[in-house]
Amino acid sequence: MNDELLRELVPSVIGVLVRRGADFASAEDAVQEALIRAVETWPDDPPRDPKGWLVAAAWRKFLDAVRSESSRRGREEADFSASAPVEVSDVDDTLRLYFLCAHPSLPAASAVALTLRAVGGLTTRQIAEASLVPEATMAQRISRAKKRIAGVRLDQPGDLPTVLRVLYLVFNEGYGGDVDLAAEAIRLTRQLVALTEEPEVAGLLALMLLHHARRSSRMEDGRLVPLRDQDRARWDTALIAEGVVVLQNALARDRLGEYQAQAAIAALHADAAHAAETDWPQIVEWYDELLALTDSPVVRLNRAVAVGEASGPAAGLAAVVEVPDDVPRRDAVLAYLHERAGDLERAAELYVVAARAAASVAERDHLTREAARVRQLL
Amino acid sequence: MKYLLLKHYRGGPTPATDQPSMDHWTPEEIDAHMAFMRDFGARLEANGEFVDAQALSIEGTFVRSDGEGRPPVTDGPFAETKDLIAGWYVIDVESWDRAVELAGELSAAPGAGGKPIHEWLEVRPFHTGTSLFE
Repeated sequence: MNDELLRELVPSVIGVLVRRGADFASAEDAVQEALIRAVETWPDDPPRDPKGWLVAAAWRKFLDAVRSESSRRGREEADFSASAPVEVSDVDDTLRLYFLCAHPSLPAASAVALTLRAVGGLTTRQIAEASLVPEATMAQRISRAKKRIAGVRLDQPGDLPTVLRVLYLVFNEGYGGDVDLAAEAIRLTRQLVALTEEPEVAGLLALMLLHHARRSSRMEDGRLVPLRDQDRARWDTALIAEGVVVLQNALARDRLGEYQAQAAIAALHADAAHAAETDWPQIVEWYDELLALTDSPVVRLNRAVAVGEASGPAAGLAAVVEVPDDVPRRDAVLAYLHERAGDLERAAELYVVAARAAASVAERDHLTREAARVRQLL
Repeated sequence: MKYLLLKHYRGGPTPATDQPSMDHWTPEEIDAHMAFMRDFGARLEANGEFVDAQALSIEGTFVRSDGEGRPPVTDGPFAETKDLIAGWYVIDVESWDRAVELAGELSAAPGAGGKPIHEWLEVRPFHTGTSLFE
């Protein structure tokens, strides 16, 4: 039994404990401890019924914790012996956990951490390493998050857009420590697709798959490679094919949302064997759909890039005018459009400005290199 | 989002208060200052916002390569450099506003006479490790 299969059991085991009367925070702690024990002992002594083993071990941990808490406070311990498991489907249990861990009352970073632990079955140490913070800090973040949602009833319907935003955040965290968070986000979204009919969930999964398919071509020797220069032979065709099927099924339900529209744009990029074959007019149309759905300035900026490719740099520059000055990467887009329009001097200056405002080291280095490249042409 | 709260021995804007240097404080005032710093760190940790805290020795030396096969060249220490870093906190918080709020709290550490020192702290965002930029 590998680590991933083990972690798949986590949400339903928490569900069993909660149904037996444990509160979510204690149940989650108990399962985490059982999980650590499982990782230690299963390689030498694999259980015949992994889920049954986890339930028994976690329940024991939970009762131990209750007992030590009651003796610490000098109180009677609560009687859990009579509470037999009520049959509720694993599907409902798992879905509720997604809603609880990504509850709208939680700060984004806390929702990410709690989702990775209670739904993803990652250890606090793994989550801390992936987020580049000390384990003690992450433990506190998780414990505060659990306190904050302690009053939330598990039988209430949750907020799906928040869940999707949290999963997308996990996906964008990328890679840290020994956990591939992009792959983990895909696993969790895939699992969620199986639990709900909502087409935006499938749209998000399609978007992740289509982006993930390009991952190995996005960096070369530590350098960022723009989409137009990527080696498309390295794109993962199986992931692209899966992403396209998932997207088509979502679109067929005829309830468009922003993730489906973004996935449609990613699919059009994936469909072009060479950058020059990209269907930019259709991409502009999808950005129009996306704008109608979100009216986001970031989308407006991306649309301007597509307009520049579809109708020439002058049209692209005209489209950027509608984008507020403070939108990230606006200067990078302007630099590229000015370069294509032949104004190399302006382009070089703007690449430098854009590099100064870059959010990541790879992006900063890429934009600095672009400025240097354009200066060579002057 | 990670931010660096940078403390300077020297450098930055003109000090807002005319606090004497720490060696002119009473031992009790120094203890109170140190306790404030420890509490600040402990509070960050309890909030799930702590990443790192370090203090730097005031004495340092500049080093550079002098070409292959030759030992590195050193220069300094310089008693009067304009900018001198004293130490830092690294925090992981929800927003820029929260980082500024925390820097404000840290700047109010008690000094001589138990009064807040109101020192200038430099807040710098970290570059992120990953990027979806293509």
